[in-house]
Amino acid sequence: MSVLIALIAVAVAGWLFRFIGQRLTGKPYFRDMPYAVAFGFALAVALIGAGVWLYLQPAMNDQGVPRASVMFFHWAVHFFAVSAVAAFLFRLLGRLVGTQGSRKLFRQMPLTAAYGILVVAIYAFVAIFAAVLAPHGQEEVFAAANVVPGGNPAMGGNPDFPLGTDQIGRDILSRLIYGAQNTVGIAFATTVLAFVLGASLGFLAATLRGWVDQVLSRAVDVLMAIPSLIFSLLLITVASAWVSGAGLTAAMVVIIAVIDATRVFRLSRAVGMNIVVMDYIEAARLRGEGLGYLIFREILPNATAPLLAEFGLRFCFVFLTISALSFLGLGIQPPLADWGTMVKDLSAFINYAAFAPQVASAPLLAAGAIALLTVAVNFVVDWMLHRSSGLRE
Amino acid sequence: MTNPLVQMRGIRMDGRSDEAWSPIIKGVDLTLNRGEVLGLIGESGAGKSTLGLAAMGFTRDGVRISEGAVSFDGIDLLAASAEQKRQLLGKRIAYVAQSAAASFNPAHTLLDQHAEAPVQHGVMSRAEAEADGMELYRKLRLPNPDEIGFRYPHQVSGGQLQRAMTAMAMSCRPDLIIFDEPTTALDVTTQIEVLAAIRNIVEEFGTAAIYITHDLAVVAQMADRIKVLLKGEEVEEAETREMLSAPKQDYTKSLWAVREFQRPAKPAPAVDATPVISVQGITAAYGKMDVLHDVSFDIHAGRTVAVVGESGSGKSTTARCITGLLPPRLGRIELDGAELPLDYRKRSKDQLRQVQMIYQMADTALNPRQSIGDIIARPVEFYMGLKGRAKRDRVADLLEQIELPADQYYDRLPSELSGGQKQRVGIARALAAEPKFIICDEVTSALDQLVAEGILRLLARLQDELGLSYMFITHDLATVKSIADEVVVMKDGAVVEQGPKADMFRPPHHPYTDLLLSSVPEMDPDWLSDLLRERGADNVGDAATARMD
Repeated sequence: MSVLIALIAVAVAGWLFRFIGQRLTGKPYFRDMPYAVAFGFALAVALIGAGVWLYLQPAMNDQGVPRASVMFFHWAVHFFAVSAVAAFLFRLLGRLVGTQGSRKLFRQMPLTAAYGILVVAIYAFVAIFAAVLAPHGQEEVFAAANVVPGGNPAMGGNPDFPLGTDQIGRDILSRLIYGAQNTVGIAFATTVLAFVLGASLGFLAATLRGWVDQVLSRAVDVLMAIPSLIFSLLLITVASAWVSGAGLTAAMVVIIAVIDATRVFRLSRAVGMNIVVMDYIEAARLRGEGLGYLIFREILPNATAPLLAEFGLRFCFVFLTISALSFLGLGIQPPLADWGTMVKDLSAFINYAAFAPQVASAPLLAAGAIALLTVAVNFVVDWMLHRSSGLRE
Repeated sequence: MTNPLVQMRGIRMDGRSDEAWSPIIKGVDLTLNRGEVLGLIGESGAGKSTLGLAAMGFTRDGVRISEGAVSFDGIDLLAASAEQKRQLLGKRIAYVAQSAAASFNPAHTLLDQHAEAPVQHGVMSRAEAEADGMELYRKLRLPNPDEIGFRYPHQVSGGQLQRAMTAMAMSCRPDLIIFDEPTTALDVTTQIEVLAAIRNIVEEFGTAAIYITHDLAVVAQMADRIKVLLKGEEVEEAETREMLSAPKQDYTKSLWAVREFQRPAKPAPAVDATPVISVQGITAAYGKMDVLHDVSFDIHAGRTVAVVGESGSGKSTTARCITGLLPPRLGRIELDGAELPLDYRKRSKDQLRQVQMIYQMADTALNPRQSIGDIIARPVEFYMGLKGRAKRDRVADLLEQIELPADQYYDRLPSELSGGQKQRVGIARALAAEPKFIICDEVTSALDQLVAEGILRLLARLQDELGLSYMFITHDLATVKSIADEVVVMKDGAVVEQGPKADMFRPPHHPYTDLLLSSVPEMDPDWLSDLLRERGADNVGDAATARMD
């Protein structure tokens, strides 16, 4: 009921806004403004107002119990603000330092892309130097289990473990840092493998057509017909009969790469088909060029933009698949730290979210690390796509 | 004369590129009286379409009117509200786009789309609009006017679609129609019927029109007055007859002179000479359908054979057979008297080298990711085995031959070149293989007249210097007149007539050749009227072609 009243209030406000704008200014902008736009403005103002009101609420109630919604909202706002400032500073730095080319690149860069690059760079740095950065080993077990994140002893924290420990007493911060290495590294290797496999076969099918195309495409259809997560679960279960530990992880990389290569195959075949009909390909064929030249020198350079975009998306999917498999216990095997496994191990704490936000944040840290990287990669890919389509004009 | 229908004063327009506004139209005035047809001509990029759209108070995305005033029947279009414009557009001002095929919605029938505007504007009821549509189709001489409206756009031919679009523009009896190159994408024989239809209906309803085109001969038939644009500025404006007989500006004169380029006739080849390329009785099929029937002709050293015909006549298919992309089902092809394998994959590197091709669309013929130098260097390296310094020098020579300075163009990408320059790069790539024989597939049809003439002159000069033979595929008979030594006329996949150029342009012809020749618009403003009188109004375009079978 109250939502309905609020909506009606917003609708009236939007109409008034447009009406007053028309009366006071008489500008064509207000005159030609559709009502939907006016409504949108009013709604935006109302939402921002509600956000500010929520932010200004005290984070604790009278009894000193934290209010989860306000607290999570505070964290989100703070995180957003810090991210925006960091992205802005990073772009500013890029504009002032570096070669002429790189400075020009940063001048035209939107803030989201700068943020994406920054986040990806930080992840890469953390992944490479995990052993140096992590305060403890990823498999080290301490006596203090279930320490609450925050490092505040009054709230059940421990300054030695700023992000707390898990049920068997492993430092969450260290495991997050090692998780970057394991999860991101393995996902990246898997995606690269999927692309090498999928793109080369896809272009081959597009160039040769005929029975090669038929055989490859039908094989891919068969693989795609089976739901991918269930299929990979099945194959990994089969593989686990022969290998275990690191071997199983390697088997998982190959299995996910093959399954994801089918999607890459479809894309590169479709893109390749559009390029193969171009006259310059015909000219190269009539010149007597070989298959390798056609695929790698004529087709590939013209397919980089869609492939790059697909790479970003595919990386996110692979990454999420690995996390999901780890969550189910079939992915990256302990004692290696992995974000998916961490979410699974700590997931029981989410139940405390309503009255103990700090406790519940333990599994959310790993989940947040996954989400952040996914978003960042997509920011970068969007920007690359935009750039390459703009250059083609 | 009362107040004019459209008055544009001091129009300046900007286009947005690379985050900055750059001028497209630099201060043009335009006046159009009621019932008058104004022709806007100029090269691509001259701003004709932009100006034409601005007359409707409309700009494309990324374009703005920075200065000036547009008034339509006393209404200031630039100050009009969106609602006021909605009342005018479609009802009193209509637009006919270049490509009717791309402008119709493929999911609705012609009549549905025709009735949309009058019903929306409240001019007619749905039933009235449909009845009126059929009436207009009859006036525009569409076949089966009572039924054609129930077809979908893909079920009618290009020329018919263009007339249906004109009918649609007429549906609210507008005061002004803007025609944006309505016949450019059509064959000469179809073009005539669209031109005749547009002219009749515009006269009948006393509609004012702005007719945008790059083809002078077409505009001569349609317009009362002609305005010539160059790079966003007006060159001159005059009554059609005056403009044609006595152009004042040098630029206009050069446009008029383009059609006068003609090569001196060459002596006929010796009777016993071996032709460079001999096509002997080839029959080719796509799938099970034969599209070429027993095509034969010879091309001798240093000579140009023009292959003419409408789209679908098998000109390009013949070229695909010669290059080996589409191996013919029957017949043989000889290069210098030696038989060529029919499939290009079975030809030797040297045989492939001897036959080169230049494409119609330079945009798709050059790899957009390779620099000009790399594009030309590839055949040099591939066939001649040149590397490093020698390769670079050879490419520089070739760039010199196509009149592009090597130091400026070597590292550029195709997207940084104009259409004519891209076509020159295509020529250089063909030359790099040092061939005997080059197939030119509609190489000038996508280019402006002056640029096209430059390409023709270049090809002629290269032929004289290097002794090349050309097979010149075209639908434009003006091009044939200027460059060909021999002509092959094709229709429905068969050769209708062939012989030396001089014979072909002198009667008696095969009736189809006659139809093609008489359909080419001439610079005489009375040409269309005379032709229609001569042929009878019902005997143009599709009807005339159909009568021939």
